[in-house]
Amino acid sequence: MKFGVIVFPGSNCDHDAYHVISKHVGQPVDFIWHRETDLSTYDAVIIPGGFSYGDYLRAGALARFSPVMNSVSKFAESGRFVLGICNGFQILCEAGLLPGALIRNRDLHFICDHVHVRVETSDSPFTNEIQAGSVLRIPIAHAEGNYVCDDQTLDELKKEDRIVFRYCDPAGTITEAANPNGSRDNIAGICNRQRNVLGLMPHPERACEDLLGSSDGRDIFRSLAATLAAAV
Amino acid sequence: MKAKVFVNLKSGVLDPQGKAIHHSVELLGFTGISDVRQGKYFEIALDGSVDQQQARESVEKMAREVLSNPIIEDYRVEIEA
Repeated sequence: MKFGVIVFPGSNCDHDAYHVISKHVGQPVDFIWHRETDLSTYDAVIIPGGFSYGDYLRAGALARFSPVMNSVSKFAESGRFVLGICNGFQILCEAGLLPGALIRNRDLHFICDHVHVRVETSDSPFTNEIQAGSVLRIPIAHAEGNYVCDDQTLDELKKEDRIVFRYCDPAGTITEAANPNGSRDNIAGICNRQRNVLGLMPHPERACEDLLGSSDGRDIFRSLAATLAAAV
Repeated sequence: MKAKVFVNLKSGVLDPQGKAIHHSVELLGFTGISDVRQGKYFEIALDGSVDQQQARESVEKMAREVLSNPIIEDYRVEIEA
């Protein structure tokens, strides 16, 4: 199995993602510059966090037009796996690979903090090694993480079990106080209908070593690796 | 020829920046304000190689596909000769 980490001008969590895949998942991984278009040798790509194109216009809006994104769409259509973290989630929404949008945080601030998220479903290639209802402690670092979508989209997400992570308190209860940014229904991460594309605002790649305060993020990468191992 | 594009958050979408501005202008003593919404304004200079109708069509497309996110924003295009 082979992973790729896409690098846009302004990506800054690319090395963290690379480190986690090479060290903790123990699999080959390449950086993929945003002007590349050939993804044929990869099984999964990660769109990392950062400030692609300086967040100009809207977060993620300009990255969508990079040559690699066309290939990412086809890659996703072919059933291979795409994980968008933070700015990666924003890019996937802008590109139409995930529904909804991420707007300015409710309280305007850039928030850099450890938060708790509840895993809402094990039925995804990114959470199949985690029991639904588990609480993960993972950091967030964003100014535009306030997830919005229309009522119809929210209904679909719920009905199709596509809300993968929701902000919660340490006990796993979904409360308004535990919602850091005003996201609709405390949504922290969602997947597409085919379930092979996941976007989330929290940074699991920054929560893979006890030294950094939490290693809960590893379970997400381990799930994906298990999915890929089973597929090979 | 110049195109002007106005992009605003749709009416149902929360605008925390507009809210903060609203609060600030009230602190300055301005009264009678019921709401503030922040938007974006683009000026696009056109070299005159296409007529006004074609210019409108291509700027509308630009506004729809790049300058706005139709999930959260509306846009309006004006063409100035």
